[in-house]
Amino acid sequence: MTFKMDVKQLNLFYGDKQALFNVNLGLPALQTTALIGPSGCGKSSFLKCLNRMNDIVLQAHVEGQVLLDGQDIYAPSVDVVSLRTKVGMVFQKPNPFPRSIYENVAYGPRIHRLFKTKSELDQIVEKSLVRAGLWGEVKDRLPQPAMRLSGGQQQRLCIARAIAVNPEVILMDEPCSALDPIATAKVEELIDELREKFTIVIVTHNLQQAARVSQQTAFFHSGYLVEARETGALFTTPHDERTQGYITGRYG
Amino acid sequence: MRSLWLERFVRCFFFLCALGAVIVTIGIVVSLIGEAFRFFARVSLFDFLFGLTWAPRVLPTGEAVGFGAIPLFTGTALITLIAMLIAIPCGTMVAIYLSEYAPTKIRQTVKPLLEILAGIPTLVYGFFAATTLAPLLRNIAETFHLTIASESAINAGLVMGIMILPYMTSLCEDALHRLPLSLREGSMGLGATSSETIMRVLLPAAFPNLMAAFLLSLSRAIGETMIVVMAAGLAANLSFNPLQAVTTVTVQIVNLLTGDQEFDNAKTLAAFGLGFVLFILTLILNILALYGIKKYKRIHG
Repeated sequence: MTFKMDVKQLNLFYGDKQALFNVNLGLPALQTTALIGPSGCGKSSFLKCLNRMNDIVLQAHVEGQVLLDGQDIYAPSVDVVSLRTKVGMVFQKPNPFPRSIYENVAYGPRIHRLFKTKSELDQIVEKSLVRAGLWGEVKDRLPQPAMRLSGGQQQRLCIARAIAVNPEVILMDEPCSALDPIATAKVEELIDELREKFTIVIVTHNLQQAARVSQQTAFFHSGYLVEARETGALFTTPHDERTQGYITGRYG
Repeated sequence: MRSLWLERFVRCFFFLCALGAVIVTIGIVVSLIGEAFRFFARVSLFDFLFGLTWAPRVLPTGEAVGFGAIPLFTGTALITLIAMLIAIPCGTMVAIYLSEYAPTKIRQTVKPLLEILAGIPTLVYGFFAATTLAPLLRNIAETFHLTIASESAINAGLVMGIMILPYMTSLCEDALHRLPLSLREGSMGLGATSSETIMRVLLPAAFPNLMAAFLLSLSRAIGETMIVVMAAGLAANLSFNPLQAVTTVTVQIVNLLTGDQEFDNAKTLAAFGLGFVLFILTLILNILALYGIKKYKRIHG
């Protein structure tokens, strides 16, 4: 199996506190990997290591390797800016910029100068919104403020914004936790479609969601990666008793 | 039962407090308008608003002349403009540094210092203007073979700008720092650098609050008196040359009210006239700015 990203012996520290211990995990290309585990287990921290969002946090310190297509993203020569165009991110709470719908999607292409003419930019915006399943709902009101969209629409806008820069991997940090069931269903459907083009990593508290959208599931506990296997196998025949306990609802 | 009565009492008490504040405000405006109208009975509103000479005196015939307020308002505008030219760019940039780039330690040290600086009496700034900046400006002007008045608009404007700077910085820093982390994450997550995030996301998002900060600072500049007395003087020159001495509305109000004239003298009443016009002008300015902010919020959500 080819791994799009491969994490080797990853340790993460916030100041003196260690948040992740010796994590090894390969992320298969064009598949969705779900990260599950009780609150505070390190799954979100792990996700943020994958595009160096921990760099924003002072005193965060990483040891080990995170390979993207065989290149260590923590190597000193790596440009964080171009890394983040390859590994995009969607956050827990929808966080559109307080600007128009159009400008939100155009933001990434603008800062990375991915177009030559205005019509090229229009095309990028349209394509991204179509892929995010939002085009039909917003095509007549692109100049309107993004803040006026519903929560579910805002989250799909954030997904459109992330795919507008042509990433290879998309990281999603509990993307549905602030959404109602209908909006959640739409985003899940979208994740399934996006898998054709992108490698996806999703953190979720919702085990059914993990089972529905992912091909691989990784269970984290107290900063350790306990078990990572093909999703169906992990849910039906967990090897570790902590995994068993978590998926049967005994704790977490 | 007891708690219900207490709730009612507390509610009434706070309502009365609020009402008191409103009544006092109305009282101030009414008394201002009353005196102002007594003044406009003696000097026509037209002569006052559009007269180009300010040399107020009452002739033995009882006629009041020289009440043209234009030079005072241009003086106020000139000094305020210079002050804002200093305070807005510097204040915004220092605020950006403190909020976005400075390590937490520096921020936690500098922020309280700024607030202390904002509380220094303006008289002290006036001393600085008169004893330090004025000679310095004269030396600089001489090297360029320019003549500068010993009391000048640029002197007052510069010091006023310096005076407002800490206040402005503190307000702008609040406006930026209050923005949610999620905005920064969203932008950084798309591969934007810090400066791109600031220019394209944070400043537009904080714009309404930054405008409010500018406005508060502007009001302070317009109302400032002491610095102008010490640095720009009392000469009511109609001039836009920053090297000349000018005077401002508030300084002239003080000037008119000091002395032992009768209270219904045209000169004394002129102070109320000036105060009234200043009040209306700042009111219009505030309403326009609030309208602008509201419109901006409507467009950008």
